[in-house]
Amino acid sequence: MSLISLFFTSILSQNIILTRFLGICPFIGTSNKEKNAIHMGLSVILVVTLSSIITYLIYYYVLVATDTIYLRTIMFILVIASMVQLMDIVLKKYFITIHNTMGLYLPLITTNCAVLGTTLLVINNSYTFMETITFSLGSSIGFTLVIYIFSTIREKLDTSDISPSFKGIPIALLTAAIMSLVFVRYI
Amino acid sequence: MKTIFNGIINENPIFVLTLGLCPALAITNKFENALLMGICLMVILLFSNFLIAIIKKLVPDNVKIPVYVLIIGTFVTIVEILIDIYVPVLQTSLGIYLPLIVVNCVVMGRAMSVASKKGVGTSILDAIGIGIGYTLALILIALVREILGAGTITIMDGISSLTGYKLILELPTNNLFPINIFTGPAGAFITLAFFVALLTKIKGGNTHESH
Repeated sequence: MSLISLFFTSILSQNIILTRFLGICPFIGTSNKEKNAIHMGLSVILVVTLSSIITYLIYYYVLVATDTIYLRTIMFILVIASMVQLMDIVLKKYFITIHNTMGLYLPLITTNCAVLGTTLLVINNSYTFMETITFSLGSSIGFTLVIYIFSTIREKLDTSDISPSFKGIPIALLTAAIMSLVFVRYI
Repeated sequence: MKTIFNGIINENPIFVLTLGLCPALAITNKFENALLMGICLMVILLFSNFLIAIIKKLVPDNVKIPVYVLIIGTFVTIVEILIDIYVPVLQTSLGIYLPLIVVNCVVMGRAMSVASKKGVGTSILDAIGIGIGYTLALILIALVREILGAGTITIMDGISSLTGYKLILELPTNNLFPINIFTGPAGAFITLAFFVALLTKIKGGNTHESH
């Protein structure tokens, strides 16, 4: 698959939230304001892309080389957790303005399954290094796109008349269903 | 007993707490996958709750989360290795959602809210209750999705290499089914939405009566 088509597939028809269901918690939990959605999305793009690259290198040059592939899950979650921590420190020290907007979401990202999911998918699909960068960038942009669109829909949902038992999570899931139809079937 | 039922009904991890939705949406396209995923999660939750409840006094507060993640990760890895040896077919059907149990909010949530606060006995009972509640919820979603989407109930297909025979029920559908959308992603969202709404409705009714 060429890199360009991989990039667009991972944003649209193979969208990480709407077809692989990764990162559902932040999708439902944090995306009630447009601005929050964008900040969350930007932190996810940064963390997903960087951690995919690092875990790719660790997997092929450390785990495969030393024949300890079974440590994959633990290794990846450790890499992600320490990287998020490191980013938090670096941003706080050198880019305080960025830290003020994104810092709030950084700790949440460690337990965001979109991050660990992408790094595992990269290994499962045995991507090359360039494909890894393209795929992780595409997936995280797809994530940001969907939570941004959803946050704008949600602002309308808050003011509309919804049956009480459907308020909150059920209506969010129904919206996601319609969005996934659009993303998967017609594009 | 009360702790167990609490996990199944009042605090059902999927329908009431709405935690750990990723696998609930992703691998509920077949009854078999849902059941196996539920069992895997229950085993991991049981062992991690047990171990965390034992060592909770040894762990300082500020490194709680990394230590718990490591404990959960270890049990996930053990389950992964066992599956790789005995039922390698499951690696393909559960895919990345098996290692993703590490970041499943249900396991971490129970570790933080129950295992790190209460005794060993309560933690084990809670793990059993939550595990059964989670499995039942997955099975319910899978039944709706598979019956409507494919007109079948797959009880043994992937694990037939272990048990020796296949068991797939074909339902008399009269061309009403299958509604293909239900096996796809959109069907997963729709089914879960209706289940959560139904439970909110029922619970709302209950609290109204008790007042």
